[in-house]
Amino acid sequence: MLALKRILRTGFEYVEDWFDIVFGAKWNPFYQLGALGWFYYWIVVISGIYLYIFFDTGVTQAYKSLEYLTHEQWYAGGIMRSLHRYASDALVVMMMVHLLREFAMDRFRSSRWFAWFTGVPMLWLVFTAGISGYWMVWDQLAQYIAIATAELFDSLPFFGESIARNFLSDEKLSGRFFTLMVFMHIALPLFLLFIMWIHIQRHASPKVNPPKGLAIGTFSMLLILSFIKPAQSQPPADLNIVPATVNLDWFYMPLYPVLNDVSGITVWIALVGATALLMMMPWMPPGKRAPVAVINLDNCNGCSRCAVDCPFSAISMEPRSDGKVYKQEPVVDASHCPSCGICVGSCPTATPFKRRIEQSAGIELPTDAIKELKEKTIKASDNLTGNSRIIVYGCQHSMDPAEIVDTELGVVTMPCIGMLPLTFIDFILSKKLADGVFLTGCRDGDCYFRQGIKWTEERIVGERDPRLRKGVMKERLGTYWAGLTRREEFFKELTAFHMHLNKLASVQTENGDNSTESSEKVDA
Amino acid sequence: MPKIRYILGQIGAFTLFALGLAYFSNSPSYTYHDPEMALIMVSFSHASKHVKECRRFTPEEIAAMAPNMRRPMDCPRERLPVHVEVIMDGNILLSKSYNPTGLSKDGSASVYESIPVKPGQHQIVAKLRDSHRQDGFDYESNVSFSLNPRELFVIDFREELGGFYYQ
Repeated sequence: MLALKRILRTGFEYVEDWFDIVFGAKWNPFYQLGALGWFYYWIVVISGIYLYIFFDTGVTQAYKSLEYLTHEQWYAGGIMRSLHRYASDALVVMMMVHLLREFAMDRFRSSRWFAWFTGVPMLWLVFTAGISGYWMVWDQLAQYIAIATAELFDSLPFFGESIARNFLSDEKLSGRFFTLMVFMHIALPLFLLFIMWIHIQRHASPKVNPPKGLAIGTFSMLLILSFIKPAQSQPPADLNIVPATVNLDWFYMPLYPVLNDVSGITVWIALVGATALLMMMPWMPPGKRAPVAVINLDNCNGCSRCAVDCPFSAISMEPRSDGKVYKQEPVVDASHCPSCGICVGSCPTATPFKRRIEQSAGIELPTDAIKELKEKTIKASDNLTGNSRIIVYGCQHSMDPAEIVDTELGVVTMPCIGMLPLTFIDFILSKKLADGVFLTGCRDGDCYFRQGIKWTEERIVGERDPRLRKGVMKERLGTYWAGLTRREEFFKELTAFHMHLNKLASVQTENGDNSTESSEKVDA
Repeated sequence: MPKIRYILGQIGAFTLFALGLAYFSNSPSYTYHDPEMALIMVSFSHASKHVKECRRFTPEEIAAMAPNMRRPMDCPRERLPVHVEVIMDGNILLSKSYNPTGLSKDGSASVYESIPVKPGQHQIVAKLRDSHRQDGFDYESNVSFSLNPRELFVIDFREELGGFYYQ
């Protein structure tokens, strides 16, 4: 399983690298899969409302009303129908890639079980809603899927009377069938919307709208496609004739051909089994949950930065309980906390400058306390020599920079780069533990913990608290968001940063500074 | 001003996606039934006779029952299987027994069979047994008909209409 995930993740990252080149990190569709899913959903809903105005629920009227929309009102109804179909298909693509990607990136464990668990029923709802839509057309495809679906239900031991018998002749088919289909086709997407809303509840800032440019691009694509290849009905259903050959929508109906060769009950067992397996995945081995963030009220002034910055809504501000003058204190909801440490990066008390190193920050990860981070940093700088000594801070969900450790490079990793209090950069440079600091982590736009890179970048440029102190020499700070696959570029950037630091050292020497002295450590 | 590689790349990526949507939304076609063949469907629900006939309880048996549970007749609910045989042009197309539905086996037996056949003129004999008899059938019917390729011929059964009927 781990190997499969690793292969999938690497595959995704290579493909996404190409998309980064073409779309840029902000518009890369792979980083916006959920938001694109929402976008397609709304296109389906709006176009569906238009179609519903003209749709006639009757055995023969249903087909005729859609033919009218497609041919006579092609400029509006026809386009809406095509948008309805293609956006539905695109929704399936986004949903399946989103599912596979979250699995590959291992973003479904720990507190993230909730989004995964609530996402699985959406598969059923999307497919059922889509298939019920195809029934409503009542063409030969509808005839085929109506009978095949009814036979599938008949294979269950719950139904005494065969449902498929309703489709033996046109006389047996009632207009009520279409009323039922319309009801299902409206009720299921509404219920889907409700589940989609639940699905994003644990994200502090969920992406439900793709970036404007990407939205315009994908909508234009659907619109042009609707003009070039409008959605068409197949010949009208005739229950006295077997259609024999149908043009399936393979996004929604890949399982139908299986029904020809496998018994219905086997298909049900496989579907229910696969659903149960998917839903249980967050708790399947290897599922090791790291200890969640803990509050140390002695060092907390209730500034609420941790609550604001937590991407998973795991921290809430409650009335102070320790009698101090501050009004509030943060409370960590262990079931929401993924142990990313982003809250530590946002805590102004998380600083290596404290004299009493045993003193902890206001909020900390038990496994990666500030004190330990400071010790690791000092240790990493211990044997560094030369004029371009660099401490690399990396995250544990991207490439492991440990292999690059040499006499000029020390490496410290943490769960997320967003965990790093930027006072560490100040600390390293002011104490002369190294000549430069280099930050790396997941790829830009796709932080494993959603906001780690964004918050770090905003703190560096002074747009977010706690900011990097203005006096810190930013020319001695480098960043490159490498992910798993951008090793080559990472090394290039690092080499360039080395050269840059060497150049700075030469300039200092020319200006009369003593380079040996500049490399001497100050007692940390 | 967006870079040219962005514009061209995005046009390329969206075009590929659109091509995928356009193609797989209704292609490739899928053939689930040989277009050269016709189809006979045998489909009906029928409640067979009960396994045991009703019998009158003896006065002693009635007296032994709880006062609120006393009834004159004992009618076991379980039904017999329904056996169906379909012979076309002298060849057996279907010969199968169908169990009654329900946990107590007291429901109707449900028959739903699709049998592809060659088109043309055919003679069908449909037979059904729903009683205790060991030999022969309780219902039997003959029909002659002609089928075109892909045409559907339905063999249905309704006791109140006298047995088999065809659509």
